[in-house]
Amino acid sequence: METAVFLLFAFLAVASAGVVVAHKNPVYATMGLVLTLFSTAVLFVLLGAPFIATLQILVYAGAIVVLFLFVLMLLNITREETPQPGQPVQRWAAILAAAVFSGMAGMLLWRSYGQASQQPLTEQLVSLKGLAGDLFAEYLLPFEIVGLLLLVAVIAATVLARRPDTDELNATSQERKP
Amino acid sequence: MIPISWYLLLSALLFAIGAAGALTRRNGISIFLSIELMLNAANLALVAYSRLWNARTGQLVVLFVLAVAAAEAAVGLALFIAIYRQRRTIDVNRMNLMRW
Amino acid sequence: MSADFLATLVKMALALGLLLNVVPVMVWVERRGSAFIQDRPGPNRLGPLGLFQALADAAKFVFKEDVTPTAADVPLYLAAPVLALLPALTTFSVVPFGPDLQVGSHLIHLVVADADAGVLLFLALASLGVYGVVMAGYASNNKFSLLGSIRASAQLISYELALTLSVVAVVIPVGSFRLADIVAYQRAHIWNFLPQFLGFMVFLVASFAETNRLPFDLPEAESELIAGFHTEYSAMRFATFFMAEYIAMTSLSALGVTLYFGGWSLPGVDLSGWTGAIVGLAVLVAKVAVCLGIYVWVRWSFPRFRYDQLMRLGWKVLLPIAIFNLILVAALTIAGKL
Repeated sequence: METAVFLLFAFLAVASAGVVVAHKNPVYATMGLVLTLFSTAVLFVLLGAPFIATLQILVYAGAIVVLFLFVLMLLNITREETPQPGQPVQRWAAILAAAVFSGMAGMLLWRSYGQASQQPLTEQLVSLKGLAGDLFAEYLLPFEIVGLLLLVAVIAATVLARRPDTDELNATSQERKP
Repeated sequence: MIPISWYLLLSALLFAIGAAGALTRRNGISIFLSIELMLNAANLALVAYSRLWNARTGQLVVLFVLAVAAAEAAVGLALFIAIYRQRRTIDVNRMNLMRW
Repeated sequence: MSADFLATLVKMALALGLLLNVVPVMVWVERRGSAFIQDRPGPNRLGPLGLFQALADAAKFVFKEDVTPTAADVPLYLAAPVLALLPALTTFSVVPFGPDLQVGSHLIHLVVADADAGVLLFLALASLGVYGVVMAGYASNNKFSLLGSIRASAQLISYELALTLSVVAVVIPVGSFRLADIVAYQRAHIWNFLPQFLGFMVFLVASFAETNRLPFDLPEAESELIAGFHTEYSAMRFATFFMAEYIAMTSLSALGVTLYFGGWSLPGVDLSGWTGAIVGLAVLVAKVAVCLGIYVWVRWSFPRFRYDQLMRLGWKVLLPIAIFNLILVAALTIAGKL
């Protein structure tokens, strides 16, 4: 039963990752990413991390990817990418490199954990209270730093995406006068 | 029971697909999507290891990676908006002002 | 097939049956309720009190011609109604509808998915509702649809924040994200609606915005954007969006009732066993029905918000109130008052 669920969602994750990477239309790529994130969230549940799975759907698939879609619609980049003339080598080189990397990683991992047996899921791993306890005790400093990082990111995003005011436009045009 | 190596293989495969996408796409947003895919693959590996050693550390790190990815996406997309306003394109091959 | 699995299947069937049957009832309530508020008869020809009107509507939708716009993006166009319906249906799975049942040697929790992070799972699945709206607008290849869907998605993500913060304020005194624990806390103390009145008001307003109901229904504004993001949809596809809206209303009402009004419990009444389960379910359905009646009442009583007024309300009014409520509840919990 668990194997069937794993195989189904692993296949779904890889297929939608293919869509993300290969589809010409960025909107389809974004929807493919949503499906990949959802499949990975299911795999997280299988691995005994239901809270992380919920957060992945809430934050990643429910907010970040929506932000992507927003920007796509705002900038109207929904036209499809035309294939680049005259540089097929770059594309094939990248795909080959990725395939080699994946093959190497696969061989390495197959040898090391191929026979890993699994103990049943422990309460310690799955419980939300345990996670929260660790987060606010041992990992308090990274937690606060990440909060600060998010604040900085919000400020940066607001400043970067702002339309230049008329004052700034006048100032720059004055600077250029000899 | 599924051996952890299967999850790690899947993670490596997703990472490789994301890397191929990040290297081959021309559209800036599509490259960004491939990067998010790579981050997701790393998250999967972290949670798999957390399960292997029955330690919560992996899950906590994933929490932080999620937050960092959110911050990065916000700033990156704001940058794209600013670039688009200036140059009317986000084709990364046209971002060549610093080429020699 | 283990007993747990079988029990979950039965619960899923029950939940689906409830949710899908709400839609025809709501269609009737909406039309007769709006007629009553507007001092006119409403549908009264089909069956006593016009009760079979919903069946006639369903038949109409089935037989209507299905038009797909020529230049529409067909895969996304076809997927959008499904994407809109899925979150609405799945979010109900974390709401408990009765006390724990002892069947033979098994203790069955009367909730489809007894997740440790129940409330968060609800919010996570509800946040996926944006995609159906955006895809519908984009794939229709129609300026008005796109405009409607962009407005809708901005509205949805803005009010999600206020909703989440008010929900977190409920979770703080309880100490657990499980909805069953929240109900138990309210049985032991008092319904959350009283000590967390501010949070309840924020939740109420945010839930109107989350389900695209008046006074926040600019995305589907009939008089302004034709039909907003579902302009190009006809027959059963439009009916799917219609159903998705009503089912989302029902799920969100069920959550609100469980968080603030004690869910399936009655104050002072000890419910247990099979009779307790049936009474609990009936109580939940009654409370949700009152909520849905309020939705209909508000729809026909208030004018529509303009888009900039809507965004201003979400970010500059509701969010500060929700944060203030959160801090207040946290302070009271530490002081031991809650």
